[in-house]
Amino acid sequence: MNAPRFDTAPTAATAPAAAATAVAVHGLRRRYGERTVIDGLDLTIVRGEFVALLGESGCGKTTLLRALAGLDTIDGGRIDGPPQPAVVFQEHRLLPWEPLWRNVALGLEGDTAQSLAQQALAEVGLGDRLHDWPRNLSGGQAQRVALARALVREPRLLLLDEPFAALDALTRIRMHALVKALVRRHQPGVLLVTHDVDEAIALADRVLVMREGAIAGEYAVPPEAQTLRTHPAAVALRETLLAELGVAVEA
Amino acid sequence: MSEWTQHLPTAARIATHAAQSTAPLPTAGPRSTAPAAERAAASKADTARRPARPLSPRSLALISWLAPLALVVVWELFARAGALSPQVLPAPSRVAQTAWQLVLQGQLISDLGVSLLRAATGFAIGGTIGFTLGTLVGFSRLAEALLDRSVQMVRAVPFLAMLPLVIVWFGVDEAGKIFLVSLGVMFPIYINTVLGIRQVDPKLVEVGRVNGLSTTALIRRIVLPGALPSILAGVRYALAVAWLALVIAETIATEAGIGFLAMDAREFLRTDVIVLTIVVYAAIGVASDAVARALERRLLSWHPNYAARGGR
Repeated sequence: MNAPRFDTAPTAATAPAAAATAVAVHGLRRRYGERTVIDGLDLTIVRGEFVALLGESGCGKTTLLRALAGLDTIDGGRIDGPPQPAVVFQEHRLLPWEPLWRNVALGLEGDTAQSLAQQALAEVGLGDRLHDWPRNLSGGQAQRVALARALVREPRLLLLDEPFAALDALTRIRMHALVKALVRRHQPGVLLVTHDVDEAIALADRVLVMREGAIAGEYAVPPEAQTLRTHPAAVALRETLLAELGVAVEA
Repeated sequence: MSEWTQHLPTAARIATHAAQSTAPLPTAGPRSTAPAAERAAASKADTARRPARPLSPRSLALISWLAPLALVVVWELFARAGALSPQVLPAPSRVAQTAWQLVLQGQLISDLGVSLLRAATGFAIGGTIGFTLGTLVGFSRLAEALLDRSVQMVRAVPFLAMLPLVIVWFGVDEAGKIFLVSLGVMFPIYINTVLGIRQVDPKLVEVGRVNGLSTTALIRRIVLPGALPSILAGVRYALAVAWLALVIAETIATEAGIGFLAMDAREFLRTDVIVLTIVVYAAIGVASDAVARALERRLLSWHPNYAARGGR
Protein backbone atom coordinates (compact mmCIF):
# COMPACT_ATOMS: atom_id res chain seq x y z
CA MET A 1 0.00 0.00 0.00
CA ASN A 2 2.87 2.29 0.75
CA ALA A 3 4.57 1.67 -2.54
CA PRO A 4 6.01 4.99 -3.63
CA ARG A 5 3.92 6.56 -6.35
CA PHE A 6 6.72 8.85 -7.38
CA ASP A 7 9.71 8.32 -9.52
CA THR A 8 12.28 7.31 -7.00
CA ALA A 9 15.48 9.28 -6.86
CA PRO A 10 18.72 7.36 -7.33
CA THR A 11 18.78 5.07 -4.33
CA ALA A 12 21.58 5.56 -1.88
CA ALA A 13 23.84 2.55 -1.61
CA THR A 14 24.02 3.12 2.13
CA ALA A 15 20.26 2.93 2.64
CA PRO A 16 19.12 -0.67 2.67
CA ALA A 17 15.42 0.12 3.02
CA ALA A 18 15.43 2.50 0.09
CA ALA A 19 11.74 2.08 -0.63
CA ALA A 20 10.84 3.38 2.81
CA THR A 21 13.32 6.24 2.79
CA ALA A 22 11.70 9.65 2.39
CA VAL A 23 14.95 11.53 2.14
CA ALA A 24 18.63 10.84 2.81
CA VAL A 25 21.14 13.66 3.15
CA HIS A 26 24.86 12.97 3.01
CA GLY A 27 27.52 15.51 3.95
CA LEU A 28 25.42 18.50 2.91
CA ARG A 29 27.29 21.80 2.69
CA ARG A 30 25.88 25.25 2.00
CA ARG A 31 27.79 28.52 2.01
CA TYR A 32 26.69 32.11 1.75
CA GLY A 33 29.78 33.94 0.59
CA GLU A 34 32.48 33.28 3.15
CA ARG A 35 30.14 31.93 5.79
CA THR A 36 29.43 28.22 5.90
CA VAL A 37 25.84 27.82 7.06
CA ILE A 38 25.55 24.05 6.79
CA ASP A 39 28.69 21.97 7.18
CA GLY A 40 28.70 18.26 6.52
CA LEU A 41 25.16 17.47 7.62
CA ASP A 42 23.77 13.92 7.51
CA LEU A 43 20.10 13.14 7.91
CA THR A 44 17.76 10.32 6.99
CA ILE A 45 13.99 10.38 7.32
CA VAL A 46 11.85 7.35 6.50
CA ARG A 47 8.27 7.43 5.29
CA GLY A 48 5.73 7.83 8.05
CA GLU A 49 8.34 9.31 10.37
CA PHE A 50 7.80 12.74 11.92
CA VAL A 51 11.06 14.56 12.62
CA ALA A 52 11.23 17.94 14.32
CA LEU A 53 14.20 20.22 13.86
CA LEU A 54 14.94 22.65 16.69
CA GLY A 55 17.59 25.30 16.82
CA GLU A 56 18.29 28.93 17.49
CA SER A 57 17.63 31.51 14.80
CA GLY A 58 20.45 31.51 12.28
CA CYS A 59 21.61 27.96 13.00
CA GLY A 60 20.78 26.89 9.46
CA LYS A 61 17.41 25.14 9.94
CA THR A 62 15.64 27.12 7.26
CA THR A 63 18.62 26.81 4.94
CA LEU A 64 18.42 23.04 5.31
CA LEU A 65 14.70 23.05 4.61
CA ARG A 66 15.12 25.24 1.54
CA ALA A 67 17.86 22.96 0.24
CA LEU A 68 15.62 19.92 0.73
CA ALA A 69 12.78 21.74 -1.03
CA GLY A 70 15.01 22.37 -4.02
CA LEU A 71 14.65 26.13 -3.56
CA ASP A 72 18.36 26.67 -2.95
CA THR A 73 21.40 25.16 -4.58
CA ILE A 74 23.86 23.20 -2.46
CA ASP A 75 27.62 23.56 -2.36
CA GLY A 76 28.51 20.03 -1.42
CA GLY A 77 27.19 16.63 -0.42
CA ARG A 78 24.16 14.82 -1.77
CA ILE A 79 20.40 14.80 -1.22
CA ASP A 80 18.65 11.58 -2.22
CA GLY A 81 15.00 12.38 -2.13
CA PRO A 82 12.00 13.31 -4.19
CA PRO A 83 12.73 16.12 -6.64
CA GLN A 84 9.55 17.82 -5.54
CA PRO A 85 8.82 17.52 -1.85
CA ALA A 86 5.71 19.27 -0.53
CA VAL A 87 6.25 22.39 1.56
CA VAL A 88 4.02 24.28 3.97
CA PHE A 89 5.47 27.69 4.83
CA GLN A 90 4.89 29.94 7.79
CA GLU A 91 2.59 32.08 5.64
CA HIS A 92 -0.17 30.26 3.81
CA ARG A 93 1.02 31.57 0.42
CA LEU A 94 -2.29 30.94 -1.30
CA LEU A 95 -2.78 32.61 -4.67
CA PRO A 96 -5.34 35.34 -3.94
CA TRP A 97 -6.66 35.27 -7.52
CA GLU A 98 -7.63 31.62 -7.54
CA PRO A 99 -10.48 29.93 -5.70
CA LEU A 100 -9.54 27.40 -3.05
CA TRP A 101 -9.82 24.30 -5.18
CA ARG A 102 -7.57 25.80 -7.87
CA ASN A 103 -5.07 26.67 -5.17
CA VAL A 104 -5.06 23.12 -3.89
CA ALA A 105 -4.84 21.71 -7.41
CA LEU A 106 -1.82 23.91 -8.22
CA GLY A 107 0.62 21.76 -10.16
CA LEU A 108 -1.82 18.88 -10.62
CA GLU A 109 -2.68 17.93 -14.15
CA GLY A 110 -5.49 16.05 -15.80
CA ASP A 111 -9.21 15.65 -15.31
CA THR A 112 -8.93 14.35 -11.78
CA ALA A 113 -7.36 17.56 -10.46
CA GLN A 114 -10.62 19.05 -9.21
CA SER A 115 -11.89 15.92 -7.52
CA LEU A 116 -8.51 15.35 -5.86
CA ALA A 117 -8.52 18.94 -4.64
CA GLN A 118 -12.05 18.51 -3.36
CA GLN A 119 -11.05 15.39 -1.42
CA ALA A 120 -8.04 17.15 0.06
CA LEU A 121 -10.13 20.15 1.11
CA ALA A 122 -12.68 17.83 2.68
CA GLU A 123 -9.88 16.19 4.64
CA VAL A 124 -8.97 19.51 6.25
CA GLY A 125 -12.62 20.30 6.94
CA LEU A 126 -13.15 22.82 4.15
CA GLY A 127 -14.97 20.59 1.66
CA ASP A 128 -17.80 23.11 1.31
CA ARG A 129 -15.53 26.06 0.43
CA LEU A 130 -14.28 24.83 -2.96
CA HIS A 131 -15.14 28.00 -4.85
CA ASP A 132 -14.45 30.49 -2.09
CA TRP A 133 -11.61 33.02 -2.28
CA PRO A 134 -8.56 32.90 0.00
CA ARG A 135 -9.31 36.38 1.36
CA ASN A 136 -12.46 35.06 3.02
CA LEU A 137 -10.49 32.64 5.21
CA SER A 138 -9.18 33.01 8.73
CA GLY A 139 -5.49 32.41 9.40
CA GLY A 140 -6.09 28.86 10.57
CA GLN A 141 -8.35 28.02 7.64
CA ALA A 142 -5.83 29.38 5.15
CA GLN A 143 -3.10 27.28 6.72
CA ARG A 144 -5.39 24.23 6.45
CA VAL A 145 -5.77 24.91 2.73
CA ALA A 146 -1.97 25.15 2.45
CA LEU A 147 -1.80 21.77 4.17
CA ALA A 148 -4.32 20.34 1.71
CA ARG A 149 -2.27 21.73 -1.18
CA ALA A 150 0.83 20.00 0.20
CA LEU A 151 -0.84 16.64 0.79
CA VAL A 152 -2.94 16.42 -2.37
CA ARG A 153 0.11 15.19 -4.29
CA GLU A 154 0.72 12.37 -1.80
CA PRO A 155 4.27 13.57 -1.18
CA ARG A 156 7.00 11.21 -0.08
CA LEU A 157 8.53 14.06 1.91
CA LEU A 158 6.59 16.86 3.63
CA LEU A 159 8.52 19.91 4.78
CA LEU A 160 6.89 22.16 7.37
CA ASP A 161 8.59 25.53 7.90
CA GLU A 162 7.14 26.81 11.19
CA PRO A 163 3.64 26.50 9.75
CA PHE A 164 1.85 27.17 13.04
CA ALA A 165 4.00 30.04 14.31
CA ALA A 166 1.58 32.75 13.19
CA LEU A 167 -1.56 31.08 14.57
CA ASP A 168 -3.25 31.75 17.89
CA ALA A 169 -2.75 29.21 20.67
CA LEU A 170 -6.13 27.46 20.33
CA THR A 171 -5.94 27.21 16.56
CA ARG A 172 -2.43 25.85 16.90
CA ILE A 173 -3.60 23.01 19.14
CA ARG A 174 -6.31 22.08 16.63
CA MET A 175 -3.80 22.22 13.81
CA HIS A 176 -1.46 19.89 15.71
CA ALA A 177 -4.18 17.26 15.95
CA LEU A 178 -5.10 17.68 12.29
CA VAL A 179 -1.50 17.41 11.09
CA LYS A 180 -0.92 14.28 13.16
CA ALA A 181 -4.01 12.62 11.75
CA LEU A 182 -3.12 13.57 8.17
CA VAL A 183 0.45 12.37 8.48
CA ARG A 184 -0.77 9.07 9.94
CA ARG A 185 -3.07 8.62 6.96
CA HIS A 186 -0.76 9.72 4.14
CA GLN A 187 2.51 8.46 5.62
CA PRO A 188 4.95 11.01 4.23
CA GLY A 189 8.29 11.51 5.91
CA VAL A 190 7.95 14.83 7.72
CA LEU A 191 10.55 17.43 8.64
CA LEU A 192 9.11 20.14 10.88
CA VAL A 193 11.24 23.22 11.50
CA THR A 194 10.12 24.95 14.69
CA HIS A 195 11.20 27.14 17.57
CA ASP A 196 8.67 25.61 19.90
CA VAL A 197 9.99 22.77 22.09
CA ASP A 198 6.47 21.79 23.19
CA GLU A 199 5.30 21.61 19.60
CA ALA A 200 8.27 19.41 18.70
CA ILE A 201 7.49 16.99 21.56
CA ALA A 202 3.76 16.90 20.81
CA LEU A 203 4.20 16.10 17.11
CA ALA A 204 7.51 14.42 16.45
CA ASP A 205 8.80 10.87 16.83
CA ARG A 206 12.33 12.19 16.79
CA VAL A 207 13.70 15.62 17.68
CA LEU A 208 16.91 16.96 16.19
CA VAL A 209 18.78 19.91 17.60
CA MET A 210 20.81 21.86 15.09
CA ARG A 211 23.75 24.01 16.01
CA GLU A 212 26.30 25.77 13.85
CA GLY A 213 25.24 24.04 10.67
CA ALA A 214 25.21 20.47 11.91
CA ILE A 215 22.99 18.12 13.90
CA ALA A 216 24.17 18.53 17.49
CA GLY A 217 21.70 16.28 19.24
CA GLU A 218 19.10 13.66 18.48
CA TYR A 219 16.30 12.52 20.81
CA ALA A 220 13.58 9.95 20.36
CA VAL A 221 10.25 11.08 21.77
CA PRO A 222 8.57 8.39 23.92
CA PRO A 223 4.96 7.87 22.85
CA GLU A 224 3.68 8.69 26.33
CA ALA A 225 5.47 12.06 26.18
CA GLN A 226 3.70 12.86 22.92
CA THR A 227 0.23 12.46 24.30
CA LEU A 228 0.62 13.90 27.79
CA ARG A 229 2.41 17.19 28.29
CA THR A 230 2.85 16.62 32.02
CA HIS A 231 4.17 13.07 31.76
CA PRO A 232 7.58 12.80 33.51
CA ALA A 233 9.17 11.66 30.26
CA ALA A 234 7.83 14.78 28.53
CA VAL A 235 9.00 17.07 31.31
CA ALA A 236 12.46 15.53 31.28
CA LEU A 237 12.76 15.75 27.49
CA ARG A 238 11.60 19.36 27.52
CA GLU A 239 14.28 20.27 30.03
CA THR A 240 16.97 18.47 28.08
CA LEU A 241 15.97 20.14 24.83
CA LEU A 242 15.80 23.58 26.40
CA ALA A 243 19.24 23.03 27.91
CA GLU A 244 20.51 21.96 24.47
CA LEU A 245 19.15 25.21 23.08
CA GLY A 246 20.95 27.14 25.78
CA VAL A 247 17.92 28.07 27.87
CA ALA A 248 18.40 27.58 31.60
CA VAL A 249 15.40 25.90 33.26
CA GLU A 250 14.63 26.46 36.91
CA ALA A 251 14.03 23.33 38.91
CA MET B 1 -37.56 67.90 40.28
CA SER B 2 -41.11 69.19 40.09
CA GLU B 3 -41.23 69.36 43.89
CA TRP B 4 -38.49 71.91 44.27
CA THR B 5 -39.55 73.94 41.22
CA GLN B 6 -42.64 74.82 43.25
CA HIS B 7 -40.46 76.94 45.49
CA LEU B 8 -38.67 78.85 42.76
CA PRO B 9 -39.67 82.34 41.56
CA THR B 10 -41.96 82.28 38.56
CA ALA B 11 -39.44 83.45 35.95
CA ALA B 12 -36.99 80.87 37.07
CA ARG B 13 -39.68 78.22 36.94
CA ILE B 14 -40.53 79.16 33.39
CA ALA B 15 -36.87 79.03 32.51
CA THR B 16 -36.52 75.59 34.04
CA HIS B 17 -39.56 74.46 32.10
CA ALA B 18 -38.01 75.83 28.99
CA ALA B 19 -34.87 73.92 29.70
CA GLN B 20 -36.90 70.78 30.14
CA SER B 21 -38.95 71.26 27.02
CA THR B 22 -35.79 72.14 25.09
CA ALA B 23 -37.42 75.06 23.28
CA PRO B 24 -35.33 78.14 23.99
CA LEU B 25 -37.38 80.90 25.57
CA PRO B 26 -36.28 84.35 24.44
CA THR B 27 -38.47 86.11 27.05
CA ALA B 28 -36.44 84.85 29.99
CA GLY B 29 -34.78 87.99 31.34
CA PRO B 30 -31.23 88.49 32.43
CA ARG B 31 -32.43 88.41 36.05
CA SER B 32 -32.64 84.62 36.16
CA THR B 33 -28.99 84.02 35.44
CA ALA B 34 -28.63 80.60 37.00
CA PRO B 35 -31.54 78.95 35.16
CA ALA B 36 -30.52 80.73 31.95
CA ALA B 37 -27.11 79.15 32.13
CA GLU B 38 -28.77 75.85 32.84
CA ARG B 39 -30.98 76.36 29.85
CA ALA B 40 -28.07 77.18 27.61
CA ALA B 41 -26.28 74.06 28.77
CA ALA B 42 -29.41 72.03 28.20
CA SER B 43 -29.93 73.32 24.70
CA LYS B 44 -26.30 72.71 23.88
CA ALA B 45 -26.62 69.17 25.18
CA ASP B 46 -29.66 68.83 23.00
CA THR B 47 -27.84 69.76 19.81
CA ALA B 48 -25.09 67.36 20.73
CA ARG B 49 -27.63 64.64 21.25
CA ARG B 50 -29.09 65.13 17.80
CA PRO B 51 -26.17 65.18 15.36
CA ALA B 52 -26.86 65.92 11.70
CA ARG B 53 -28.14 62.66 10.28
CA PRO B 54 -25.66 61.34 7.68
CA LEU B 55 -27.12 61.23 4.21
CA SER B 56 -27.74 57.83 2.73
CA PRO B 57 -25.41 56.71 -0.07
CA ARG B 58 -28.30 56.86 -2.48
CA SER B 59 -29.12 60.49 -1.77
CA LEU B 60 -25.43 61.37 -1.94
CA ALA B 61 -25.26 59.74 -5.36
CA LEU B 62 -28.36 61.66 -6.38
CA ILE B 63 -26.77 64.93 -5.26
CA SER B 64 -23.57 64.13 -7.13
CA TRP B 65 -25.63 63.91 -10.34
CA LEU B 66 -27.94 66.83 -9.55
CA ALA B 67 -25.08 69.27 -8.98
CA PRO B 68 -23.66 69.18 -12.53
CA LEU B 69 -27.21 69.11 -13.90
CA ALA B 70 -27.95 72.29 -11.98
CA LEU B 71 -24.86 73.84 -13.52
CA VAL B 72 -26.16 73.05 -17.01
CA VAL B 73 -29.56 74.50 -16.12
CA VAL B 74 -27.91 77.72 -14.89
CA TRP B 75 -25.87 77.87 -18.10
CA GLU B 76 -29.06 77.45 -20.15
CA LEU B 77 -30.84 80.18 -18.15
CA PHE B 78 -27.97 82.62 -18.61
CA ALA B 79 -27.86 81.91 -22.33
CA ARG B 80 -31.60 82.42 -22.70
CA ALA B 81 -31.49 85.62 -20.69
CA GLY B 82 -28.93 86.90 -23.18
CA ALA B 83 -26.15 87.14 -20.61
CA LEU B 84 -24.04 84.78 -22.72
CA SER B 85 -23.43 85.62 -26.35
CA PRO B 86 -24.10 82.57 -28.57
CA GLN B 87 -20.76 83.38 -30.24
CA VAL B 88 -18.99 82.85 -26.95
CA LEU B 89 -20.95 80.03 -25.40
CA PRO B 90 -24.16 78.75 -26.97
CA ALA B 91 -26.94 77.38 -24.81
CA PRO B 92 -26.83 73.65 -24.01
CA SER B 93 -30.12 73.19 -25.81
CA ARG B 94 -28.57 74.75 -28.92
CA VAL B 95 -25.63 72.35 -28.70
CA ALA B 96 -28.04 69.44 -28.32
CA GLN B 97 -29.96 70.60 -31.40
CA THR B 98 -26.77 70.85 -33.39
CA ALA B 99 -25.80 67.37 -32.24
CA TRP B 100 -29.12 66.01 -33.44
CA GLN B 101 -28.80 67.72 -36.81
CA LEU B 102 -25.29 66.37 -37.31
CA VAL B 103 -26.46 62.91 -36.35
CA LEU B 104 -29.29 63.14 -38.88
CA GLN B 105 -26.83 64.27 -41.56
CA GLY B 106 -24.70 61.28 -40.65
CA GLN B 107 -21.66 63.45 -40.14
CA LEU B 108 -21.32 63.13 -36.38
CA ILE B 109 -21.50 59.35 -36.43
CA SER B 110 -19.01 58.95 -39.26
CA ASP B 111 -16.56 61.41 -37.72
CA LEU B 112 -16.92 59.70 -34.37
CA GLY B 113 -16.26 56.38 -36.05
CA VAL B 114 -13.10 57.72 -37.68
CA SER B 115 -11.83 59.08 -34.36
CA LEU B 116 -12.62 55.90 -32.45
CA LEU B 117 -10.91 53.78 -35.08
CA ARG B 118 -7.77 55.94 -34.82
CA ALA B 119 -7.78 55.70 -31.04
CA ALA B 120 -8.41 51.96 -31.04
CA THR B 121 -5.74 51.22 -33.65
CA GLY B 122 -3.19 53.40 -31.88
CA PHE B 123 -4.09 51.86 -28.55
CA ALA B 124 -3.78 48.33 -29.88
CA ILE B 125 -0.39 48.97 -31.46
CA GLY B 126 1.08 51.00 -28.60
CA GLY B 127 -0.44 48.69 -26.00
CA THR B 128 0.95 45.57 -27.64
CA ILE B 129 4.42 47.07 -27.93
CA GLY B 130 4.33 48.41 -24.36
CA PHE B 131 3.08 45.10 -22.94
CA THR B 132 5.58 43.02 -24.90
CA LEU B 133 8.56 45.18 -23.96
CA GLY B 134 7.30 45.42 -20.38
CA THR B 135 6.98 41.64 -20.10
CA LEU B 136 10.47 41.09 -21.52
CA VAL B 137 12.06 43.65 -19.23
CA GLY B 138 10.01 42.46 -16.26
CA PHE B 139 11.31 38.93 -16.60
CA SER B 140 14.80 39.32 -17.89
CA ARG B 141 17.59 41.40 -16.43
CA LEU B 142 19.36 41.11 -19.78
CA ALA B 143 16.34 42.58 -21.57
CA GLU B 144 16.29 45.31 -18.96
CA ALA B 145 19.93 46.13 -19.59
CA LEU B 146 19.31 46.17 -23.33
CA LEU B 147 16.03 48.06 -23.47
CA ASP B 148 15.09 49.90 -20.35
CA ARG B 149 17.43 52.87 -20.54
CA SER B 150 16.55 53.58 -24.16
CA VAL B 151 12.83 53.32 -23.47
CA GLN B 152 13.13 55.60 -20.45
CA MET B 153 15.07 58.14 -22.51
CA VAL B 154 12.42 58.23 -25.21
CA ARG B 155 9.79 58.42 -22.48
CA ALA B 156 11.43 61.55 -21.09
CA VAL B 157 10.51 63.32 -24.33
CA PRO B 158 7.01 64.79 -24.07
CA PHE B 159 5.48 62.82 -26.90
CA LEU B 160 3.65 65.86 -28.20
CA ALA B 161 7.03 67.49 -28.82
CA MET B 162 7.48 64.84 -31.53
CA LEU B 163 4.59 66.37 -33.47
CA PRO B 164 6.67 68.28 -36.08
CA LEU B 165 8.85 65.22 -36.62
CA VAL B 166 5.80 63.01 -36.96
CA ILE B 167 4.42 65.32 -39.64
CA VAL B 168 7.72 65.17 -41.52
CA TRP B 169 7.83 61.37 -41.24
CA PHE B 170 4.25 60.46 -41.93
CA GLY B 171 2.80 63.59 -43.47
CA VAL B 172 -0.70 64.39 -42.28
CA ASP B 173 -2.16 60.97 -43.04
CA GLU B 174 -3.71 58.47 -40.70
CA ALA B 175 -0.35 56.88 -40.00
CA GLY B 176 0.99 59.95 -38.21
CA LYS B 177 -2.06 60.19 -35.96
CA ILE B 178 -1.96 56.51 -35.12
CA PHE B 179 1.76 56.75 -34.47
CA LEU B 180 1.23 59.58 -32.02
CA VAL B 181 -1.48 57.70 -30.14
CA SER B 182 0.66 54.55 -30.03
CA LEU B 183 3.59 56.49 -28.68
CA GLY B 184 1.49 58.02 -25.92
CA VAL B 185 -0.10 54.69 -24.99
CA MET B 186 3.08 52.64 -25.02
CA PHE B 187 4.83 54.12 -22.00
CA PRO B 188 2.18 53.87 -19.31
CA ILE B 189 1.55 50.25 -20.30
CA TYR B 190 5.27 49.47 -20.47
CA ILE B 191 6.03 50.98 -17.08
CA ASN B 192 3.09 49.42 -15.29
CA THR B 193 3.74 46.00 -16.80
CA VAL B 194 7.39 46.03 -15.67
CA LEU B 195 6.35 47.31 -12.25
CA GLY B 196 3.56 44.76 -11.92
CA ILE B 197 5.80 41.84 -12.79
CA ARG B 198 8.55 43.03 -10.48
CA GLN B 199 6.10 43.45 -7.64
CA VAL B 200 4.75 39.91 -7.79
CA ASP B 201 5.35 38.32 -4.41
CA PRO B 202 8.49 36.13 -4.78
CA LYS B 203 7.03 33.87 -2.09
CA LEU B 204 4.15 32.96 -4.41
CA VAL B 205 6.61 32.26 -7.22
CA GLU B 206 8.41 29.92 -4.81
CA VAL B 207 5.15 28.10 -4.16
CA GLY B 208 4.76 27.63 -7.88
CA ARG B 209 8.24 26.16 -8.13
CA VAL B 210 7.70 23.88 -5.13
CA ASN B 211 4.50 22.65 -6.75
CA GLY B 212 6.36 21.81 -9.92
CA LEU B 213 4.89 24.41 -12.28
CA SER B 214 6.65 24.81 -15.62
CA THR B 215 7.92 28.26 -16.51
CA THR B 216 4.94 28.85 -18.79
CA ALA B 217 2.51 27.76 -16.11
CA LEU B 218 4.34 29.91 -13.59
CA ILE B 219 3.92 32.97 -15.79
CA ARG B 220 0.30 32.21 -16.61
CA ARG B 221 -0.93 31.28 -13.15
CA ILE B 222 1.25 33.37 -10.85
CA VAL B 223 3.20 36.18 -12.49
CA LEU B 224 0.62 37.66 -14.86
CA PRO B 225 -2.34 37.51 -12.44
CA GLY B 226 -0.12 39.07 -9.80
CA ALA B 227 0.88 41.84 -12.19
CA LEU B 228 -2.65 42.40 -13.47
CA PRO B 229 -3.77 45.14 -11.04
CA SER B 230 -0.77 47.21 -12.04
CA ILE B 231 -1.20 46.46 -15.75
CA LEU B 232 -4.86 47.48 -15.65
CA ALA B 233 -3.95 50.71 -13.88
CA GLY B 234 -1.61 51.31 -16.81
CA VAL B 235 -4.43 50.57 -19.27
CA ARG B 236 -6.65 53.12 -17.59
CA TYR B 237 -3.98 55.77 -17.68
CA ALA B 238 -3.12 54.89 -21.27
CA LEU B 239 -6.75 55.35 -22.33
CA ALA B 240 -6.64 58.93 -21.08
CA VAL B 241 -3.33 59.52 -22.85
CA ALA B 242 -4.67 57.99 -26.08
CA TRP B 243 -7.50 60.45 -26.05
CA LEU B 244 -5.25 63.42 -25.41
CA ALA B 245 -2.93 62.34 -28.21
CA LEU B 246 -5.88 61.98 -30.56
CA VAL B 247 -7.21 65.47 -29.83
CA ILE B 248 -3.82 66.95 -30.67
CA ALA B 249 -3.27 64.73 -33.69
CA GLU B 250 -6.69 65.56 -35.09
CA THR B 251 -6.11 69.29 -34.98
CA ILE B 252 -3.35 69.00 -37.59
CA ALA B 253 -4.77 68.93 -41.08
CA THR B 254 -7.52 66.36 -41.07
CA GLU B 255 -10.42 65.62 -43.35
CA ALA B 256 -12.48 63.52 -40.98
CA GLY B 257 -12.90 62.87 -37.30
CA ILE B 258 -14.13 64.80 -34.30
CA GLY B 259 -11.05 67.04 -34.47
CA PHE B 260 -11.82 67.86 -38.08
CA LEU B 261 -15.36 68.76 -37.04
CA ALA B 262 -13.98 71.21 -34.50
CA MET B 263 -11.43 72.75 -36.85
CA ASP B 264 -14.01 73.09 -39.58
CA ALA B 265 -16.42 74.74 -37.16
CA ARG B 266 -13.75 77.20 -36.10
CA GLU B 267 -13.50 78.43 -39.70
CA PHE B 268 -17.19 79.30 -39.65
CA LEU B 269 -17.32 80.47 -36.02
CA ARG B 270 -19.78 77.66 -35.21
CA THR B 271 -19.25 77.75 -31.46
CA ASP B 272 -22.09 75.28 -30.99
CA VAL B 273 -20.24 72.64 -33.01
CA ILE B 274 -16.99 73.36 -31.17
CA VAL B 275 -18.71 72.92 -27.82
CA LEU B 276 -20.31 69.76 -29.16
CA THR B 277 -16.94 68.26 -30.08
CA ILE B 278 -15.64 69.06 -26.60
CA VAL B 279 -18.65 67.33 -25.10
CA VAL B 280 -18.10 64.32 -27.36
CA TYR B 281 -14.43 64.08 -26.33
CA ALA B 282 -15.49 64.26 -22.68
CA ALA B 283 -18.18 61.62 -23.13
CA ILE B 284 -15.77 59.22 -24.81
CA GLY B 285 -13.23 59.82 -22.04
CA VAL B 286 -15.85 58.96 -19.43
CA ALA B 287 -16.98 55.92 -21.41
CA SER B 288 -13.47 54.55 -21.84
CA ASP B 289 -12.81 55.00 -18.15
CA ALA B 290 -16.03 53.12 -17.40
CA VAL B 291 -14.89 50.30 -19.68
CA ALA B 292 -11.55 50.14 -17.88
CA ARG B 293 -13.29 50.06 -14.50
CA ALA B 294 -15.63 47.30 -15.64
CA LEU B 295 -12.59 45.37 -16.83
CA GLU B 296 -10.97 45.80 -13.43
CA ARG B 297 -14.09 44.68 -11.60
CA ARG B 298 -14.36 41.62 -13.76
CA LEU B 299 -10.70 40.56 -13.87
CA LEU B 300 -9.86 41.54 -10.31
CA SER B 301 -12.94 40.17 -8.57
CA TRP B 302 -10.58 38.22 -6.29
CA HIS B 303 -8.95 41.44 -5.13
CA PRO B 304 -10.39 42.95 -1.94
CA ASN B 305 -9.95 46.48 -3.30
CA TYR B 306 -11.87 45.83 -6.50
CA ALA B 307 -14.48 43.26 -5.48
CA ALA B 308 -17.96 44.53 -6.24
CA ARG B 309 -19.48 43.00 -3.13
CA GLY B 310 -19.60 39.71 -1.29
CA GLY B 311 -16.77 37.65 -2.62
CA ARG B 312 -18.05 34.54 -4.22
